[in-house]
Amino acid sequence: MNQIFQIEGETLRIMVPKDLDHHNCISIREMADSIMMQENVREILFDFQNTEFMDSSGIGVIVGRYKNMKCLGGTVAAIHVNQRIKKIFLLSGLSKMIMIYEQEA
Amino acid sequence: MRENNMMIEFDSRSENEGFARVAVAAFVTLLNPTLEEIEDVKTAVSEAVTNSIIHGYGERVEKILLKAAIKENTIYLEITDYGCGIENIEKAMEPMYTTRPDLERSGMGFAFMEAFMDEIHIESEVNKGTTIYMNKKIMG
Repeated sequence: MNQIFQIEGETLRIMVPKDLDHHNCISIREMADSIMMQENVREILFDFQNTEFMDSSGIGVIVGRYKNMKCLGGTVAAIHVNQRIKKIFLLSGLSKMIMIYEQEA
Repeated sequence: MRENNMMIEFDSRSENEGFARVAVAAFVTLLNPTLEEIEDVKTAVSEAVTNSIIHGYGERVEKILLKAAIKENTIYLEITDYGCGIENIEKAMEPMYTTRPDLERSGMGFAFMEAFMDEIHIESEVNKGTTIYMNKKIMG
């Protein structure tokens, strides 16, 4: 576990790095799945507060976690999404699939 | 602006995805683009380079050639790999279509290139490689 992955009760918060591209997706995918196996995770929250760039690889990693969580009866959400990332979410249809929080509940 | 050209060749390693898009972003700055235009171009470069790494070379380390040109107010990009080529370009361009669901590819790469650039053209030959041509007029 490191600063990118934070367990808050039943939520796994993933602090998305500055760039969410194919290169960074590989480790996020592996780590997130291994934490999900070990902890009782009901929600994955992708926190984009430090993120400036995301491409279609990022869509893949979020959809992948969404599928895994759905199997377990859990959910996936995103927070602190800037205009650019929002555009990518809209274009890919991801905004219809997951919850997007404007700010902390 | 007068015509201006650049060309870089780099290894098909995933850590070079960031390098490629930042290099193009710096080059396109000569046209005084808006932040959104820079992001559009960066995303398109990232998609094309990632395709070459994952699909073209199947994650083997070979060379990717990236050419960029500025003519008038338009940025022209050419991204070439000498990998496996695309059998069916039409199919490859369909949104959500991917040959690598095992790698959680979203199948949105070409859709993003089309969305963020003005024009895109693909030339590909099986076992020879693929070149993606894209351009975008920078309004600034």
